Amino acid sequence: MNRGHFGVHGGQYVAETLMNAVIELEQAYNKYKNDDQFNKELTYLLNEYAGRPSLLYYAEKMSKELNGAKIYLKREDLNHTGAHKINNVLGQCLLAKRMGKTRVIAETGAGQHGVATATVAALMGLECEIFMGQEDIERQALNVYKMKLLGAKVVSVKTGTATLKDAVSQTMREWTSRISDTHYVLGSVMGPHPFPTIVRDFQAVISKEIKEQCLAKEGRLPDAILACVGGGSNAIGAFYNFIEDKDVRLIGLEAAGLGVDTDRTAATISVGKLGIFHGMKSYFCQNEYGQIAPVYSISAGLDYPGIGPEHAHLKDIGRAEYYPITDNEAVEAFEYLSKTEGIIPAIESAHALAYAIKIAPTMDRDKIIVVNLSGRGDKDCVQIARYRGETINE
Amino acid sequence: MNKLQKAFNNGKAFIPFITVGDPNIEISEELILALENSGADLIELGIPFSDPTAEGPTIMEASKRALDKGITTDDIFNLVARVRKKSSVALAFMTYANVIFSYGIERFAQKAASLEIDAIILPDVPYEEKDEFYIPFKKYDIDVIAMITPTSNERVNKIAKEATGFVYCVSSLGVTGTRNTISLDISGLINQVKTVNPNIPCAIGFGISNKEQAIKMAKISDGVIIGSAIVKLIEKYKMNCVPYISEFAKEIKEGIRDIK
Ligand SMILES: Cc1ncc(COP(=O)(O)O)c(C=O)c1O
Repeated sequence: MNRGHFGVHGGQYVAETLMNAVIELEQAYNKYKNDDQFNKELTYLLNEYAGRPSLLYYAEKMSKELNGAKIYLKREDLNHTGAHKINNVLGQCLLAKRMGKTRVIAETGAGQHGVATATVAALMGLECEIFMGQEDIERQALNVYKMKLLGAKVVSVKTGTATLKDAVSQTMREWTSRISDTHYVLGSVMGPHPFPTIVRDFQAVISKEIKEQCLAKEGRLPDAILACVGGGSNAIGAFYNFIEDKDVRLIGLEAAGLGVDTDRTAATISVGKLGIFHGMKSYFCQNEYGQIAPVYSISAGLDYPGIGPEHAHLKDIGRAEYYPITDNEAVEAFEYLSKTEGIIPAIESAHALAYAIKIAPTMDRDKIIVVNLSGRGDKDCVQIARYRGETINE
Repeated sequence: MNKLQKAFNNGKAFIPFITVGDPNIEISEELILALENSGADLIELGIPFSDPTAEGPTIMEASKRALDKGITTDDIFNLVARVRKKSSVALAFMTYANVIFSYGIERFAQKAASLEIDAIILPDVPYEEKDEFYIPFKKYDIDVIAMITPTSNERVNKIAKEATGFVYCVSSLGVTGTRNTISLDISGLINQVKTVNPNIPCAIGFGISNKEQAIKMAKISDGVIIGSAIVKLIEKYKMNCVPYISEFAKEIKEGIRDIK
């Protein structure tokens, strides 16, 4: 029986009230994923609305300066709404429409997934409600305004740590109370089956393009693909079509916050252990009694105590590697890319860049690294300025 | 007859819920004994979880209060051990999968059996995932309680067929919490259970807040589960809550005992 297991991970640990909803979603997805008309519409939207394919940009100046591997940036930041999130949202909202749903709800951390959902809901005429931790509402005020402007209702979640995990919990509660007309547009490769599979499939366009683009530009596959990991959607999207290409290193970078040896961290693979939460079995930051740990990262989008089940499995079987990047390393990479290439990356994506900056100089000049630039950094400027002791008056 | 069966042998069953550790562990101990004396047939002991996704604000906040006091699963086991010196009332643990999983399912089951725990209720473990918990607990003669909801539809048959102990019928959509009206067709749900599994008791929970609702629900089931209404009283009266809870419990049990 396939209930979305990736090794020991995955599954469907949700309340009975939600079971028929996730089963209905799985059936609809299985019906439409190979439907020509559905895929034609989705491709049209990805290309004409979101701006795909996104560029694979050779960061020549950065590569030369670091004096090592060639660094390419997969420019998901250039998508409409400024991040990879729109790939998944277009797919899920199209599916929701096919299922006859008239309302979508979603959690958001950095606000990128919330903005993407509000955007597509506006486009498709769906009622939209976004759940966001109060803490994140404060750090991402601009995105909150955007969601409202786009016609969505933004609900502040004040429970727990008032961040992404609490927003997910609250969106699940909301879905439990209203499933007949509502689809939950989950924003990452997490939660109960079939979400990790659906979101991965909708994000896999990233690695499909990287492969084609890298072959066209370099005549061969890259040596390593780097992506930041919150729940893991941009990373799995960038990895997926390379999983069978064993010579391509797949490297996920998680948010170490102040460091993995402190309790102010969100580095799940480094400090978490196997558990069951938010509908899935996977690795989670937790205490010895299974209480989910309050996690921390400067990046609202990576501030999550778990990781998608497919990543947990890729880690178990040694196919992908995961390393922690601290706030400080990410902020330095954020500034570095801005100054070196004139590209302001999302603070989430800066975690992946930080690792590229570390390893590129250790690699030969004929090696190729692709960094998935999952989003753009406009949303982070106020906060990074504050981190550097500067106050911006908007 | 085991204790769980007995719990449904004293007229319609009254099944109260408390979050252990709220307002503190000593009061929880007093509450268990007071509830037994006031006619509770089975007591659900909530082991608090940091992120209770099936819970409404009342129980969510109670869980937080308990965890903020530093309560742990082992503290709760120690509490039950003390209770067991004075009482043999039927007891169930209600918690979330990760609390048991992280303790070690087998280790938890063994511990619970030694404390004569009769049942486990896990709102985030549906039928599809139940074997992982059901099999080790069964070894120690502890029932993992099946839940059915107004959205279960055709799932009711397979769930009811394999249910043991009793069936927890969720009376409304959404999370726990008191509600002014309960309008969904629960009796249809219960009839469906009884068709497949005629001898299994059915208790109704989620949203029952007062004697009138309890009576209404007792008419169509074998027992009522009351959580948030009790937790609200605990929240209101804190350290002085015990007599208020006793009074509320007596009123409910007297109200439903002889309902046919
Ligand atoms: C730009 C960006 N990158 C990455 C993430 C992390 O999510 P995921 O790990 O699912 O890609 C987010 C989440 O908000 C984001 O906004």
